[in-house]
Amino acid sequence: MSEKAMLVDLSKCTGCRGCQVACKNWNGLPAETTVNKGSYQNPPDLSPSTFTLIRFQEMDDGKGGLKWLFRNDKCFHCGDPGCLKACPVPGCIFKTPEGAVIIDPDKCIGCKYCYHTCPFSVPQFCSKSEKMYKCTFCYDRQADNLPPACAQACPTGTLIFGDKADIYKMAHKRVGEIGGSASVYGDQYVGGTHVVYVLTEPADAYDKLPEKPKIAGSVALWKDVLKPLSMVSLLGGVGAGFLYYIMKGPKRPDLEEGGDSHE
Amino acid sequence: MTNHWIDLRNSDCIMVMGSNAAENHPISFKWVTQAIDKGATLISVDPRFTRTSARAHVYAPIRSGSDVAFLCGMIKYILDNNLYFDEYVREYTNSSFLVNPKFKLPADNEGVFSGLKGTKTKEGYVNGKYDKATWSIQKNTDGTPKKDKSLQDPNCVFQLLKKHVSRYDLDKVASITGTPKEKLLEVYKAYASTGVADKSATIMYAMGWTQHTVGVQTIRAMAIIQLLLGNMGVAGGGVNALRGESNVQGSTDHCLLFHILPGYLKTPKASQPTLEAYNKKYTPKTSDPMSANWWGNYPKYSNSLMRAHYGLNTTLEEAYSYTPKLDDGKNYSWLTIFDDMYKGRFSGFFAWGQNPACSGANANKVRKALTKLKWMVNVNIFDNETGSFWKGPDMNPSEIDTEVFMLPCAASMEKEGSVTNSGRWMQWRYKATNPAGEAMPDGEIITELHYRIKELYEKEGGKLPEAITKLTWDYGLKMPDGKIKHFDSHEVAREINGYFLKDVEIKGKLYKKGTLVPSFAFLQADGSTSSGNWLYCNSYTEKGNMAARRGKVDPSGIGLYAKWSWCWPVNRRILYNRASVDKNGKPWAIDKPVIWWTGSITKWKGDVPDGGWAPLAAGKASRYPFIMKPEGHAHIFGPGRADGPFPEHYEPLECPIEKNPMSPQFVNPTVKRWDIKGIGTELDTRATCDPRFPIVCTTYRVTEHWQTGVMTRWQPWLLELQPDMFVEMSKELADMKGIENGEIVKVTSARGEVVAVAVVTPRFKPFTIEGQEVHQVGVPWHYGWRQPHPELKELRSANLLTPNVGDPNTMIPESKAFMVDVVKKGGAQ
Repeated sequence: MSEKAMLVDLSKCTGCRGCQVACKNWNGLPAETTVNKGSYQNPPDLSPSTFTLIRFQEMDDGKGGLKWLFRNDKCFHCGDPGCLKACPVPGCIFKTPEGAVIIDPDKCIGCKYCYHTCPFSVPQFCSKSEKMYKCTFCYDRQADNLPPACAQACPTGTLIFGDKADIYKMAHKRVGEIGGSASVYGDQYVGGTHVVYVLTEPADAYDKLPEKPKIAGSVALWKDVLKPLSMVSLLGGVGAGFLYYIMKGPKRPDLEEGGDSHE
Repeated sequence: MTNHWIDLRNSDCIMVMGSNAAENHPISFKWVTQAIDKGATLISVDPRFTRTSARAHVYAPIRSGSDVAFLCGMIKYILDNNLYFDEYVREYTNSSFLVNPKFKLPADNEGVFSGLKGTKTKEGYVNGKYDKATWSIQKNTDGTPKKDKSLQDPNCVFQLLKKHVSRYDLDKVASITGTPKEKLLEVYKAYASTGVADKSATIMYAMGWTQHTVGVQTIRAMAIIQLLLGNMGVAGGGVNALRGESNVQGSTDHCLLFHILPGYLKTPKASQPTLEAYNKKYTPKTSDPMSANWWGNYPKYSNSLMRAHYGLNTTLEEAYSYTPKLDDGKNYSWLTIFDDMYKGRFSGFFAWGQNPACSGANANKVRKALTKLKWMVNVNIFDNETGSFWKGPDMNPSEIDTEVFMLPCAASMEKEGSVTNSGRWMQWRYKATNPAGEAMPDGEIITELHYRIKELYEKEGGKLPEAITKLTWDYGLKMPDGKIKHFDSHEVAREINGYFLKDVEIKGKLYKKGTLVPSFAFLQADGSTSSGNWLYCNSYTEKGNMAARRGKVDPSGIGLYAKWSWCWPVNRRILYNRASVDKNGKPWAIDKPVIWWTGSITKWKGDVPDGGWAPLAAGKASRYPFIMKPEGHAHIFGPGRADGPFPEHYEPLECPIEKNPMSPQFVNPTVKRWDIKGIGTELDTRATCDPRFPIVCTTYRVTEHWQTGVMTRWQPWLLELQPDMFVEMSKELADMKGIENGEIVKVTSARGEVVAVAVVTPRFKPFTIEGQEVHQVGVPWHYGWRQPHPELKELRSANLLTPNVGDPNTMIPESKAFMVDVVKKGGAQ
């Protein structure tokens, strides 16, 4: 199979959230008990049981009017995934030839390195199972030549799944059509992502979207030098501890970060 | 819809007004998006910036209840700037017809049309009724309408319209609607740009237009615009009602409403004692040989319906005598039923597939009315606020004698049958799974009910027992006891299509007794055919179940997909399509033709034409395109309505201003006013321009829930997305009231109060109406008290606030514009 990608054309999204529900349906994810806190965005963030989320954002259009942005947020399935680099357990995070980046929950030890390394803060920790979860790019559907559930459900053509080369081309063509401040987001970062946006606004206008996503240099050090060393010298624990220390400082029992559970 | 969903992609300009299609008809945006990709302009007109507005090229805010003024302003703009499609308007509409010189417009008659009878108050007339004698068209000696094709005669429809809308200038319209003038112009300009032959614009509307005391006139105003621009009958045009349920089109076609029988035949009245008198009353005549006057076929359809009900068990006259009649002058609409129920005028009620305790306007009155019943049967897939009304938060079960029976029924995917979508496509659906537990398909429940009632009539007699005992009931295989064990929806579909009841020869061809009628052109008035709904005659023929077809080929190129399912009438995908061509049968829009004439032998190509006659240039061999009107011309002047032949702005029953800026007539003079002493009850309250309720309120839906939420509130994935009742308001209003985003507040009206989460948003902005600042809020009507949060014992249903007053033509309640206040409840959730 060729390398795949998904176009997320935000100029066409109506925020209907068919994608969000289809994702839960296909992946058998439980609903969260949510509260209306004055926004349509719910659940409030990605979680171990919410792999894809529409972020709602109201914005002044600078001309006395309004814009309402809807952003389908989920794993970007990076070409050079920081999570995979950071994971201390062999085979726990892997890439399929099509480009899906997958966490194998059976192997996950819940160390959260993947969360801390991910430039988009995607993997989420479940405090009940003590494992990490995220979008799988529906690699199980891809195996049957089906698009991911979210793309299947999308009525407007916002989410389009196809060969990576075609999708990248389509994204650039679409940006040309829209003009203005539209841009392609993803193809130039972290090894070229397998989920690419057509943004209608400058990247820094969107909530929780890094303007120029990259993996911390310390992770490269771990991946390229210390991880191989630790594997052969059974120093994994020390290596992992070292990595944690240089990234986050000393471990505290009351861990705030790491996408706490929303069960 | 006169057109259909896929056809939206053919439009050059799409106006979404009175609906919020991106949220409530999300799949429609598949086609809207394709139209935009091809360069179409999308306009969103809404009191609030919605998910539809987010995708629109133009967003124009509007105060709820002022749509007629907005649209009359557009008509004026089109006429003033000569942007109408001249040939179309002259030839295909009644614009050239001369109206009775005694007819008066509201400008010359204190805000009402000539002929109004009613009680005059300081607000103008109330509970009025029009004598339509002056709303007539002048006739030539041969009985045809007098016309002035130059459109110059002061009494011609065109000049009257021009005079009527001249009062709706930009300043006036902006002052009534609160829409900034430059936004009005932007919308008018974009929409009116389609008044040329090869362009089309379409309207997507829903309950945001209908649920007003001027609902029908709003749609009339739009129909006039579409006619002026030549947008009826063409691809990417039409007047398109987006239906609120998957099968509302089907249930309306099959007579969900009290005043119609299947196929939009009229419900007989007590004053029409014989079938002959009934048919005579409703069969229009024409004196113009070029008018097809399709309703001239009325007796063929009504008589075939009698045969569908009683078969050959009775004569046609007997069948008619068994058919229920309306008492003359009596209205049996939703609002009247619950008023009668509240007044104890009947004692039993089937709440079938509905949740009136949440869905009914002035729901407190509805809920109290339910306490007056002896019994109620709730047929639904879940228990709801109606079935459990007696244990509602403010009810005392020990004081309520109503006995409630719950009959669980199958959900749509647990039974086989058809669903007719908004685009009139009858689509067959198969059963996916068996119903849960004891639940049964509705058809089986009705069949069982029929047998029990029939047995009681046979045993005990009663008034007119034959009405039940002589009914045909052939909806499945009969067992040795003569009864059907399993209801078969195919048998119903075949009965709806209709049979030949004896051998009939038509145009030299013999049609055998017992075979299915090929189409309604073959239905007979002599009792030799049956048809449960003439409009659906052709849907299930000797060739099979047309609705089950799944042909994916589209030779039309404009998305007609003629072999996918079936569409009424006779698989015609775009209604009035004879208006899409010029007098030679050449399409106005050559790149998106609906039909085109190919000569006397090969005839029409494309869609099924609205009648196969040659184009108008053929003279007497041809027929005018609007075949359902007796004179064959579309109605710009529409005397059929209860409240006027032209649309006129009246304020909603409850509004924020003291006077109608257009005239001394405050509210639509012909609405039934339950709030007037001696007519309604103590619960039919009204508070207009009342300092206690200074804020305009409207109700709406969200993508994530459906109707009163009976299906969706129990679905955790949907509840997660929109977990609770909310009220949306502007930052300006929230500041004034000291309300924080996410805070729990109370919304109150003259009729009730509702607890809701405040969603404070820049998507609502204050309006300037008649020089004063007016705030508006909005509430979704999906919530109740059964689920979620029954433990809070709080009523969270929007219809507790809404008034029970309806449009005079349809009696649909005015749930879209009324007055409220919003107050802090204190404390976050």
